[in-house]
Amino acid sequence: MSRSYLPHWMHWLGSPPNFYRFAGTLRPWLMALALASAAIGLYGGLVLAPPDYQQGDAYRIIFIHVPSAWMSLFIYATMAVAGLIALVWRVKLAEVIAMECAPTGAAFTFITLATGSLWGKPMWGTWWTWDARLTSELVLLFLYLGVIGLCNAFEDRRRGARAASLLALVGIVNLPIVHYSVQWWNTLHQGTTVDFLDPARSSIAAPMLWPLLVMALATHLYFFASILGRARTGLLSLESGKQWVRTLVDGQPAPTMEAPT
Amino acid sequence: MDSTAQSMTGDRIACRATGVRANAAGACIALLRRDFVLAWRRRGELFLPLLYAVIVTALFPFALGPDPELLARIAGGVLLVIVVLAMLPALESMFRADLDDGTLEQWLLAPQPLALLALTRVIAHWLTTVLPLIIVMPLLGALMNLPVKVLPVLIVTLLLATPLLVLLGAVLSALAAGARRSGILLALMLLPLAVPVVIFAAGAIAGAQSGMPYIAPLTWLAAALVMAIVLAPLACAAALRIAVES
Amino acid sequence: MAHWLAMGGYAIYVWPAYAVFLAVLAWDWFAPALRRRRITRELRGRLARERTRNARTERAEAST
Repeated sequence: MSRSYLPHWMHWLGSPPNFYRFAGTLRPWLMALALASAAIGLYGGLVLAPPDYQQGDAYRIIFIHVPSAWMSLFIYATMAVAGLIALVWRVKLAEVIAMECAPTGAAFTFITLATGSLWGKPMWGTWWTWDARLTSELVLLFLYLGVIGLCNAFEDRRRGARAASLLALVGIVNLPIVHYSVQWWNTLHQGTTVDFLDPARSSIAAPMLWPLLVMALATHLYFFASILGRARTGLLSLESGKQWVRTLVDGQPAPTMEAPT
Repeated sequence: MDSTAQSMTGDRIACRATGVRANAAGACIALLRRDFVLAWRRRGELFLPLLYAVIVTALFPFALGPDPELLARIAGGVLLVIVVLAMLPALESMFRADLDDGTLEQWLLAPQPLALLALTRVIAHWLTTVLPLIIVMPLLGALMNLPVKVLPVLIVTLLLATPLLVLLGAVLSALAAGARRSGILLALMLLPLAVPVVIFAAGAIAGAQSGMPYIAPLTWLAAALVMAIVLAPLACAAALRIAVES
Repeated sequence: MAHWLAMGGYAIYVWPAYAVFLAVLAWDWFAPALRRRRITRELRGRLARERTRNARTERAEAST
């Protein structure tokens, strides 16, 4: 296995005990930053931002709906990249990260669907419609559930993680196809409101835009904190036979004699 | 127990044939012959998807009322969904028996590329379990009062869409082969992949039904089929490696 | 305050959306912590059992 072109710190971080400690130190800081930025973003979004001239106050769902939708895709991409690393180089940490991404990704996808539904009811007069973005998001939820289900269906956790990583990669090819095929089929969703490449074209006013971006930052920070915690737990259960976990769990050196099991 | 004995006979046939011609085409032909022999010995099982399709089709008029116009309007889409559902149970066992009796390990060791062997299995699976469904389509169409001019389009659509679904299903079946239980899991995994296929297939059928041009969705399906024939066996081979290696 | 809570008449849509957001993320945050506690407890039990077993075999060896 030739991974010598990787910088030294990546090797260091790839080792489960090192990652475990590193993640444990970093996680509270990330969560604190996430909570602080969420507080600022929500204050800006729910209190400071004026009501929309068309949608009234209902548009305030945007401050959680759109960041969640971005996260659902961002987490899927993270999962696919980690899955690719797990498949090609068989890095144990990458397998754990890929699999632990799935529940958080499914959570954000579910939030996107639920909040979108609650937003769609007053605006479009319907809870659900078969529009390209809604359908893609639903398909994304099924992809996440498929990854979680496949991973859990294996006796051998590492084999399950590799199989599910391959499924995640198949899914990333599938997702744009679903999006464009549903678009070809039926479309109603309002156009993209934030265009990063050309801010002048963005159809959203600055007092509404900055809370949205701060909320996006908060959800990203939250995801990093969450994935570090989940990966720590995943490593703990995967490596439960190893010396470092034993020392960590009961604080005293493990018995020298090998267990008969 | 019975099936193990059968698959061993099948393997002997495969070995004899590969011994004569140890090239890729020979291996594929031997594999096809083995699958056909196995399918023929379990021919009772081949009728189960057909029976399922007929029963479900017969239930629709009972549920919706026998109004011929209503049935004619929904016939194409309903038959498409019934075919997809009838394909599902067989997909699960595509590689299961071969994994259990060690045949897959021989596939990995074989000099022929694993992707080619997987593609051969897909072809055999399609011919034995899906083609009969397409053959009975005129009968099911008659039950659903499908307009006669739509029937040829429906059959062409199915001839393009079902191999595509079997190719995608083969990847998932290979992924799930090493798992303890799959069942509903396979349906959950196939749904996202089946959405575009169903959309274009239904688009072609709806076009034919309303007298609109239906060539565009059919060409999309054909293009996707060509892509899948190239890519799906490769993904399937990777999945089989994960299933076999521990 | 009441005016703000009313959300211009859209309160029944806006606040449930935020409730879903918070509830689902709270689940996401606390689920691994619970799983971690379970793993640690099981592992601690296993280690304790191993230790008593080892002590017993050592005692048996010493008495022979």
